[in-house]
Amino acid sequence: MSTATPATTRCLSMAQAISEATAQEMARDSRVFVMGEDVGKYGGIFSATTGLLDKFGPERVMDTPISETGFMGAALGAAAEGLRPISELMFVDFFGVCFDQIYNHIAKNHYMSGGHCKYPLVITTGIGGGYNDAAQHSQCLYSIFAHVPGLKVVVPSNAYDAKGLMTSAIRDDNPVVFLYHKGIMGLSWMSYFEGSTNEVPEEQYTIPFGQARIVRTGSDVTIVTLSQMVHKSVLAAEALAAEGISAEIVDLRTLVPLDRASVLASVAKTGRLLVADEDYLSFGLSGEIAALVAENLDTLRLKAPVRRLAVPDVPIPFSRPLEQFAIPQVDNIVASVRGLMAFKLD
Amino acid sequence: MQATTEQLLWMYEKMIEIREYEETMSRVYLEAKLPPKIQKGLAFDIGAGPVPGEMHLAGGQEPVAVGVCAHLRRDDTVVGAHRSHHFAIAKNVDLAAMTAEIFGKATGLGRGKGGHMHLFDPAVKFSCSGIVGAGAPQACGAALAAKKLGSDAVAIAFFGEGAANQGAFHEALNLAALWKLPVVFVVEDNKYGISVEKSASTAIASNADRAVAYGMPGVLVEKNDALAVFEVAGEAVARARRGDGPTLIEVKTDRYFGHFQGDPETYRPKGEAKDLRQHDPIPALAGLLRSRKLLDDEAEAALRARVSTRVQAAYDFGRNSPYPDPQDALLHVFAH
Repeated sequence: MSTATPATTRCLSMAQAISEATAQEMARDSRVFVMGEDVGKYGGIFSATTGLLDKFGPERVMDTPISETGFMGAALGAAAEGLRPISELMFVDFFGVCFDQIYNHIAKNHYMSGGHCKYPLVITTGIGGGYNDAAQHSQCLYSIFAHVPGLKVVVPSNAYDAKGLMTSAIRDDNPVVFLYHKGIMGLSWMSYFEGSTNEVPEEQYTIPFGQARIVRTGSDVTIVTLSQMVHKSVLAAEALAAEGISAEIVDLRTLVPLDRASVLASVAKTGRLLVADEDYLSFGLSGEIAALVAENLDTLRLKAPVRRLAVPDVPIPFSRPLEQFAIPQVDNIVASVRGLMAFKLD
Repeated sequence: MQATTEQLLWMYEKMIEIREYEETMSRVYLEAKLPPKIQKGLAFDIGAGPVPGEMHLAGGQEPVAVGVCAHLRRDDTVVGAHRSHHFAIAKNVDLAAMTAEIFGKATGLGRGKGGHMHLFDPAVKFSCSGIVGAGAPQACGAALAAKKLGSDAVAIAFFGEGAANQGAFHEALNLAALWKLPVVFVVEDNKYGISVEKSASTAIASNADRAVAYGMPGVLVEKNDALAVFEVAGEAVARARRGDGPTLIEVKTDRYFGHFQGDPETYRPKGEAKDLRQHDPIPALAGLLRSRKLLDDEAEAALRARVSTRVQAAYDFGRNSPYPDPQDALLHVFAH
């Protein structure tokens, strides 16, 4: 739960909220520092570190060479010595050049040390498509990080959550992968969903991991979603409401830990589940949520089969009509829910 | 840099300890892994016996470990690779807890979760990894932390010559030189990356030459000799401690065992390992100590008895310690 009753709030973009959370934590804790490509003068390609260099100087806001293996490994080495690095990967798509450091070392060293060594570090990275950046700069891939034991995985949908979750991430003694969708960062050069820019208290606060947020309550169908897809789901729910269909939206906020109880409680109430995801369809988040419900059919009664909306196992294509087809849109969510409502289970 | 008497004797004793540890492991490891005790038709069973899994022994490579670690303090960081018993012993890792870990016991450094390629002893800042080349960037991180914390501690990355063809190695060297980090990269050239000879994997003869590309000193130690390593490492560690930046060292060393224990070693000439032992660095150092009247029969006997007691105690502890509860596999994924 959030700890603050906001005394002073302003509207911040998600990028501003992440940067503010980082700045406040850097001011509070001298062990925290930021490293990555273009995090200094540029302020982060997606503005997640804007203003930090001016406040804290180049010793604590370090531009790195384009050497992701080098600086991810260095982040681990520094964390082992008691510092608390925030290491920016820029695009999640780039994890391929440094995944060994992430999944074989950052994720596993605590376990392999029998719990004796700690690696408090945060990996921040941009995810998502919708702006025609094609197959190597548009993926979500959070399921891959969630699949590997030892990484906490945070995927915020709005500025308020992003600040509280980022503060929690920096204070966590475990490696945390913090994935922000570019299309909700509130950038001046990319269209975004306005609901992602919202009121944020100036004061520090934390949002604990493993607590989903019910974005909208409803009685007919549960839409389990996260990140930018939350905003598409809200638009879909408004359209469905006009047809008399009441949709409940569950924003997972973190994949590891996963708030299974909130998902099950909502599905128990509505009896219908749609998972709306921007990652690939197979072997990922949507399958995990569907499996969770399947494993609990002894206590749940479904009124329709589970439905999943995700990228249909194709790389993200470049051309606008192709990309808009591949990534689930508001209309797809509406149509899927209508399909669920029409279904009659014997 | 001249080694003091104390340093010379320390190196000698540690080399004997490493050798005895590895020779003992070479036998213990094979317990219950060979016919007729194993599944019919198998020549070897890697998962059987008191020490299951892979086993990479460092017999012959002792000079690299002791020549470097003789210059280190408890608060200096060492990151090793898959073949790291010698570094661990030279960095004064708790030998009993290390051995228990290799036996997979609850009393091990990692409570049986790491095994011989993944030894972590934060008390002496030692860790290692089974992924070739991965430790170099991590040592940079430790060095960066020392710099940020205002300490004059240094970090050492040890790895084999095969790792010098990994991107991680080159990224780490650039990062270390760029940020002038107090780190020393030490390449152990034991001639083989598993089975592939260096000449078939590496475009140049000496990895030390690669230092030029990163604007740092690169030194080749051509002899598998503790004193030779000691002298070069002394300068490199002092340079790092002074804040003058990283050094790359390559040492030509000898691997007496296979890549892993049980390796049929069909890739190297018959008898090569035996021939290498003609140039054993341990008697070489003994000769020097005796010529300087620092060692006699009595001292040698006392030293060997001391080492045997330590090594035997560690093996006894490892063998006799309890296994972890199976469900402890679920613990320590996350820190709480």
